[in-house]
Amino acid sequence: MTSSNWHFDTEKSLVESHGLKLDEFEKIVEGLGREPNLTELGIFSAMWNEHCSYKSSKYWLKKLPTSGERVIQGPGENAGVIDIDDGDVAVFKMESHNHPSFLEPYQGAATGVGGILRDVFTMGARPVANMNALRFGDPNHPKTKHLVSGVVGGIGGYGNCIGIPTVGGEVNFHPSYNGNILVNAMTVGIAKKDKIFYSAAAGIGNPVVYVGSKTGRDGIHGATMASAEFDDDSEEKKPTVQVGDPFTEKLLLEACLELMKEDAIIAIQDMGAAGLTSSSIEMASKGNVGIDINLSKVPMRAANMTAYELMLSESQERMLMVIQPKKEELARSIFKKWDLEFEVIGEVTDTKKLILHMDGEEQASIPINILVEDAPEYQRDYIVNDPSPLISFESKDFEDKDILSDLLKMISHPNLCSRKWIWEQYDHMVMADTVVRPGSDAAVVRVHGTNKGIAISTDCSPTYCRHNPYEGGKHAVVETWRNIVASGAEPIAITDCMNFGNPEKPEIMGQFVECIRGMGDACSKLNYPVISGNVSLYNETNGEGIYPTPAIGGVGLIRDLSNTMTIDLKNEGNVLCLIGESNNHLGNSHYLSIIQNREDGGTPSINLDDELKNGKFILDCVAKKLLKSVHDVGEGGVLVAIAEMCISGKQGIKIDITKDFLHGFFFGEDQARYLVEVSQNKLEQLEVDASKSAVKIERIGEIGGTSISINSIGEVELSSLIDHHTKWFNEF
Amino acid sequence: MKTHVIVFPGSNCDRDVAVAIQNIIGSSPEMVWHKDSTINQSDLIVVPGGFSYGDYLRCGAMASTSPIMKSVIENANKGVPVMGICNGFQILIESGLLQGALMRNSSLSFICRDIIIKPTNTKTIFTNKSTISKMPIAHNEGNYFANSNQIKEIEDNDQIAFQYCDENGDINAHSNPNGSINNIAGVFNKSKNVLGMMPHPERAAESIHGCDDGRNIFESLLS
Repeated sequence: MTSSNWHFDTEKSLVESHGLKLDEFEKIVEGLGREPNLTELGIFSAMWNEHCSYKSSKYWLKKLPTSGERVIQGPGENAGVIDIDDGDVAVFKMESHNHPSFLEPYQGAATGVGGILRDVFTMGARPVANMNALRFGDPNHPKTKHLVSGVVGGIGGYGNCIGIPTVGGEVNFHPSYNGNILVNAMTVGIAKKDKIFYSAAAGIGNPVVYVGSKTGRDGIHGATMASAEFDDDSEEKKPTVQVGDPFTEKLLLEACLELMKEDAIIAIQDMGAAGLTSSSIEMASKGNVGIDINLSKVPMRAANMTAYELMLSESQERMLMVIQPKKEELARSIFKKWDLEFEVIGEVTDTKKLILHMDGEEQASIPINILVEDAPEYQRDYIVNDPSPLISFESKDFEDKDILSDLLKMISHPNLCSRKWIWEQYDHMVMADTVVRPGSDAAVVRVHGTNKGIAISTDCSPTYCRHNPYEGGKHAVVETWRNIVASGAEPIAITDCMNFGNPEKPEIMGQFVECIRGMGDACSKLNYPVISGNVSLYNETNGEGIYPTPAIGGVGLIRDLSNTMTIDLKNEGNVLCLIGESNNHLGNSHYLSIIQNREDGGTPSINLDDELKNGKFILDCVAKKLLKSVHDVGEGGVLVAIAEMCISGKQGIKIDITKDFLHGFFFGEDQARYLVEVSQNKLEQLEVDASKSAVKIERIGEIGGTSISINSIGEVELSSLIDHHTKWFNEF
Repeated sequence: MKTHVIVFPGSNCDRDVAVAIQNIIGSSPEMVWHKDSTINQSDLIVVPGGFSYGDYLRCGAMASTSPIMKSVIENANKGVPVMGICNGFQILIESGLLQGALMRNSSLSFICRDIIIKPTNTKTIFTNKSTISKMPIAHNEGNYFANSNQIKEIEDNDQIAFQYCDENGDINAHSNPNGSINNIAGVFNKSKNVLGMMPHPERAAESIHGCDDGRNIFESLLS
């Protein structure tokens, strides 16, 4: 439709400023049988933006495997739920807070943590671990350090105060994030299987209760902002960023968990993106009922707030509940004890409409199905580009004597150096159940009061995804799976955080489609379903999109914590072995990007059969107590992984190998590989078992001394490795 | 032994210390809500770590005025052992039970990591089993300060409980994580029945924590 035939009373510019397309507006008019008023227009804008409606991604997300014998709740609720035996469940999800974190890094990241925590405790779970996946621009970009400091400060500021340990995560740097950083926050909680809470409203006439903080004018249109690209004037959007209050969230957490012990809550929904609008509509839609709200009753932080503002505010630390009428006073007393707002603001109705009143006047009346079922869904055009071609590198292209100096350069690079500076700003030990602290392959937290644990890992390699979205999608899933295996846990399920550019561009949509296809294949083969997730599109500035970044958060179970594995080398005299095939794949490796400043050569392909075989072999060896330490061989290849094991365990190693192509062997990023430490007296059994399982194993060297020494090459002292590994952040 | 753990809005190490007490002392503490007004008959009162009132004013300042603190002070004055960990230390300082101040870390950032402390006075109910111990710190405001007169007074009166040190027990600038004056990690009141410390013994209380040196403080109380 062009402006010349705009035939509505509503101003066209008003519709556009609400991020609605003109045909979407026509659909609203058709559904309502009239033009919406301003409040209603705001509600549609909030519900139909990309962030809340998944209109570009829904069709493709449905292709991911989401079920499995341990899956209790897949995507569609506040968070996914898996069975971890003994009547216990783990509840988890990862969510993006990219756009706000770029505008205001501290508060953007903090409220990202706050939001994902609420998603988890809304389900009845006590959060036990926070994780994150962060992407920043070029380390030398003038904004990068400011953004890193702000984001790390915000994540720590929120998590530390509320008292949930931040046990790990991943960080990387690439110029494609110069204008759009990514802040993906994940929370894992533990609940009882028979005490999971859902969001479907029920019981006509039951009270709809507002609890938590008061509503202010902050974050209005936050979700709409998160559904648009940035340009040079994006700084002006700062007022759409919410401000977090972790102390209030702590009170809200304790009050909700206290009330959940009573038989009082019928439905509960966190007020996250699009606040009161999306929470009330989701509860009504899931329960197939209507909801009437008297907005005059909403606790307000500012005077004279309008219906429009109240419905679109993204003030933090709020929840909406439907409760048993008989338990209203009990519920009120619990929230009063914790000094929180508690207000009955409406009731469940049989109208299947959202009806809002304020000061005695009707402000909105919208059939729920128009907002939800009739929400736009697009099958956007897409183009799948050919993956970047594979380049086969040869030994003659490299000077082998430089291997150790190359290693030092690599481990001092921001993408491979120690993240200690970051995790020491996070309280990663509060709750006293942290078994494996940050810095290993996966973090492990004990299930409180038991001898079992949850292993958690977040991962993605955007460069791999950019050059081959299909293999990159597979890789992101497999990398978390391998990290979980390396910690001695059985991988169970994942959450995904799909960060991409503008889906209206066919090549971006093609990246999305291919990443999903790769993820789906990996999940199916590994029996590792997707149980929750989030999509963040329009990560673009001035038309430049980020690299495709499907960040994955994987969760696994360790039945007996004495089988927990870490990466630190344990004892002198033990032997380090490499499990898996090495084929000198240097394409798109960290070696090429850091040492040769090139980004080509192709993404390594992933053989899922090998992954499964080698991973199962590792878990069998762990169960037989054959291994002392395990480390997945990932970014940077074998030698970087060895260096990490040495640094972590403060042990040296004498590497004794013969290879035609040392650079390829030491820095190649072939997949499905692990380094394992084994004592001399178990070495033979390990090798026999590997041969029986048709798993490739090779001896790398003997642990001991104060350096990494490589036969025929030379040696580098552990102290020098540590200095290089910690230098970049220490000088931050 | 009858023990009590105070719970303020924003406390978040209350459960952790309760678990440690249960495991080491052998009986569950009574959890006392900050709005309660009395604690009768206690052998140990713990003011736990966390972010009471979000640390929004000055760490510990608001909690120190909670109704229960009157009773905590009364019990302390009667000689009941009172122990403040991390935010609890800050609260005990704000309530006047302990001397000095806890300022922002010299690095200006939150620090969570293992440190090593050395007991300075091992003749107290809290430290009679203490040796050089490893345990975590996790705080933003743990930079202990007292003016020279106060330092002289607490030194003369053996009121320094713990000092940050290295693996060999040497107290030096390198082993000081937060800028605390004289590497002070914990102090007593004059009569040594009130202890405040920044490190978290309850997070180094069983093998799964990677270190259980924190137990010796609770074990000291048992003997």
